Amino acid sequence: MPLPQPPIDNTPDTDAPKIGPLDLFLAFSQLAMSGFGGVLPWAHRTLVERKGWLTQREFVDTLALGQLLPGPNIGNMAVMIGYRFAGYTGAAAAFAGLVAGPFLLMITAGLAYQTYGALPLVQQALSGMSAVAAGLVLATGLKMSGSLKRHWRPWLFTALALTGVGALRWPLLAVVGALAPFAIAAAWREQN
Amino acid sequence: MDRLDLPALALHFALLSLMAIGGVSSILPDMQRYVVEVNHWMSGKQFADAYALAQAAPGPNMMFVTLLGWQLAGWAGAIVATLAIVGPPILLTMGVTRLNARNPDTPLGRAIRGGLGPIAIGLTLSSGWILARSSDHDWPAGALTLLTVALMLRTRLNPVWLILAGAIAGMTGII
Repeated sequence: MPLPQPPIDNTPDTDAPKIGPLDLFLAFSQLAMSGFGGVLPWAHRTLVERKGWLTQREFVDTLALGQLLPGPNIGNMAVMIGYRFAGYTGAAAAFAGLVAGPFLLMITAGLAYQTYGALPLVQQALSGMSAVAAGLVLATGLKMSGSLKRHWRPWLFTALALTGVGALRWPLLAVVGALAPFAIAAAWREQN
Repeated sequence: MDRLDLPALALHFALLSLMAIGGVSSILPDMQRYVVEVNHWMSGKQFADAYALAQAAPGPNMMFVTLLGWQLAGWAGAIVATLAIVGPPILLTMGVTRLNARNPDTPLGRAIRGGLGPIAIGLTLSSGWILARSSDHDWPAGALTLLTVALMLRTRLNPVWLILAGAIAGMTGII
């Protein structure tokens, strides 16, 4: 028998369980440090499935806005979610939680590279790892291109960005600055 | 190696951070161009090593910048590079959140996403290409890159296992 459901409450945030800066810091630390090979799946698991701080829909909306804004998607989400539950302090706490652990890990990796980076065995391991890392980035780009429409317009902008930044090594600010207005205008005209 | 100019690096990274559509991998080509090709602060090999090391650790992709800054100028470099990359997008996100733009699914939002998406894909492919050029010096390494692409497209393997396999392939002299 299903449990009796409480009446739907349309006044969020005020009656919601109190989620403070410390909770945000700890939750984001935990999901960042579990996130081998990408933090986003862990963010979903922690925030939606385990803690129930966000509904599925809220998570997707936050992600969409995070992807629209420049910068790391998960970083933008941390700011938005933190602010929503605990204002500026919450935004700062969530973001600090997201980066504090990985920051120290990176310093440790840097120290280790300084000390052992010149050893032949480490050099060999790194050359294998960087060949794989290059493949990971290429695969991400190819996967993303699966979402493009079967129309020449988006592919033209992909090709121009790849030629300008990848092949000709022009400054990214100039290439994106020149392409973006045309790309957005073309997308706007197409949908209207 | 030329002398490092930390304020110039901070300014360049801060400008780049506002172009990081879809995350830090879209601005990686320009970071490489700036620190390796224009200013000669590190070699292409050191840059690729730093990226590979960062991929092997948990945490957001952007934390690669912390390691890059550390390689360039120790603690000061790590802190400055990280703040330059995360600071401007945070302020922008905060501003947009304050404006209460909860719903990005407006016609303008769709046009911006639809327009910038293809550019972000071109930039991400550029990153992969540049990393491959500085790490694939012989055909076995190139084959390992292609094998990684195939596995990532065909399976749902966690990338960390592939990085580990790459390290083992390197240490055992397969590549």
